[in-house]
Amino acid sequence: MTRQITYAEAINEALDEILRDDESVFLLGEDIGHYGGVFKVTKGLYDKFGGDRVIDTPISESGFIGLGIGAAMTGLKPVIEIMWIDFTLVAIDQILNQAAKFSYMSGGQSKVPLVIRTQGGGGRGNGAQHSQSLEGLFAQFPGVKVVCPSTPYDVKGLLKSSVAENCPVIFIEHKMLYNTKGEVPEEDYSIPLGKADIKRKGSDVTIVSLSRMVQFSLNAAKELEKEGIDAEIIDLRSLAPLDIETVIESVKRTNRIVVVHEAHTTFGWGAEIVSRVQQDAFDYLDGPIIRVGAEDVPIPYNLELEKEVLPQVKDIVKAVKEALYIEVK
Amino acid sequence: MFNLEVSDPAKLLFSKDDSLRILEQLITIRKFEEKSIELYKSGLMGGSLHGYIGQEAVAVGVCSQLNKDDYLTVTYRSRGQAIAKGASIEKLFAEMMGKVDGYCKGKGGPMHITDLEIGFLGANGIVGAGIPIATGAAFSAKKKGTSQVSVTFFGDGATNQGVFHEALNLASIWKLPVVFVCENNLYSEMSPIADMVPNEHLAERALAYHIPAVIVDGNDVEAVCKVAQEAIERARNNGGPTFIEAKTYRQQGHMFGDAETYRTKEEVNEWKKKDPIQLFTNKQIELGYITDELVEQLSHEIELKVEKAYQFALNSEQPNYDEIFTDVF
Repeated sequence: MTRQITYAEAINEALDEILRDDESVFLLGEDIGHYGGVFKVTKGLYDKFGGDRVIDTPISESGFIGLGIGAAMTGLKPVIEIMWIDFTLVAIDQILNQAAKFSYMSGGQSKVPLVIRTQGGGGRGNGAQHSQSLEGLFAQFPGVKVVCPSTPYDVKGLLKSSVAENCPVIFIEHKMLYNTKGEVPEEDYSIPLGKADIKRKGSDVTIVSLSRMVQFSLNAAKELEKEGIDAEIIDLRSLAPLDIETVIESVKRTNRIVVVHEAHTTFGWGAEIVSRVQQDAFDYLDGPIIRVGAEDVPIPYNLELEKEVLPQVKDIVKAVKEALYIEVK
Repeated sequence: MFNLEVSDPAKLLFSKDDSLRILEQLITIRKFEEKSIELYKSGLMGGSLHGYIGQEAVAVGVCSQLNKDDYLTVTYRSRGQAIAKGASIEKLFAEMMGKVDGYCKGKGGPMHITDLEIGFLGANGIVGAGIPIATGAAFSAKKKGTSQVSVTFFGDGATNQGVFHEALNLASIWKLPVVFVCENNLYSEMSPIADMVPNEHLAERALAYHIPAVIVDGNDVEAVCKVAQEAIERARNNGGPTFIEAKTYRQQGHMFGDAETYRTKEEVNEWKKKDPIQLFTNKQIELGYITDELVEQLSHEIELKVEKAYQFALNSEQPNYDEIFTDVF
């Protein structure tokens, strides 16, 4: 049997291999060196590679992302950790006005091979400024790729591909996944960006999600199975590039679709999937497309209230039943 | 706290050849800027035109001390620095007209001129945003052990941006080979900088970050050359960053069409008496290095060159529609 490691360990291993294999790579971020990162993702890398490769920064997200952009434009490959995705909003000019646009604005001269690793999502009572799901925001900007891995296997393979890209990549981990375990082979591998993964084959309904919601969708599928409903679970793995083909192909077989994300429902990326599906597979649909997302409120601190606001397995089960006209809203 | 650096009126800092080269650059920028106004008025360029007339000595003074592979980030008021760093005026005009032979194939425009061949990492439309990026290029140079230096030009207004402070701090703690060149033209867009900053001298701000700072008469090209040379030498010899505040004045509005209600004609006229090109020319004539006839001849030759470049740009093709979708990543 393949060994089991955690999501955090898989990221650590990927970073270790990337630092080992490519001299131009360096890590930059708050408390990632000595301390090993607040989620211990970079644990041990400072001791192994030294302070020149694993660099602690002041609390200046705009400043050190800007510095990373300049370094990336001049031959280095920075992998920057932003401790919480909420803090990317502090540095949004550098990410979206600068990094995302340099290639285009310069007529293809400037390339910014920069990976911004960060973690998002709720589930542990971190309150409204430490629990957001912002992947859809980034995906709306041409010029950046947006990756949201759901398993230890995926997170390692996708991180290796992200570092190999010649453009900015926003790599969004999930805080509640860091301690989840999964099979990760010892041998080297990578997973190309923009390829969705069917995490469970099914024939009655397609459930599209990513990051932590993939596990929730798989749990929902187990419940639905008891009632004789066979759900197919698609893990998009990245929003940009978006593998809509895998979704369309699945809907053509199941004729029903539910989109699940932890981001707020209104203007969430689920609407994009809904739009594309109705356009490309309209004649195959046998029911309404249902979205499951966070309530449109800031994420509350109280754990019970937070749970109520974020999508849960029962919400996905209910949505599937609505999509199948078993339950009417 | 600071002395205003000025050149010795009794002697010229340069050899005759050097001073002719400096004069040629100053006049080239002036003629280019004058032609740009004509271009703007003719309706052949989009957006806004941010002129550099009156500030030429800063660009020429600093860039004359740089090597071709040294890095530069600049603002939207930056064709002057581009020319001083060795950019092609043909490609500059072509980019301003949005033509295919422009630096960015017509996709960047005057605010985003980039020429990696000469280390010109990009003009920027966001005030202050290029400062951390230049700091990142300096980080690259230091990490790779090249002796390259990175210079960033910005205005007085940019010293009120967060990234300015973040980048200065980063450059200082990591002792990066970067020179911060603040062109204090007294106006933060349409507002007096004196209303926006409590410090009389913006150079004071660098001292807070333990960065050596110097104030120079930005209309005195020799003095600018001298302080730039010292700063660049310090950076090249691992001595870390320097901050240069060049006191200067833009003789025209923030952009073409600016009503300039924030200053008097008398003030503008007073500064025109301190025109950097006139000052340098007068001094050289007084010292007997050149003659009026020589200046006239040089001006005429440059005017022809600028006209030829303008015609080149006029005759350049419009970019193909296919270009819309290239260079995004």
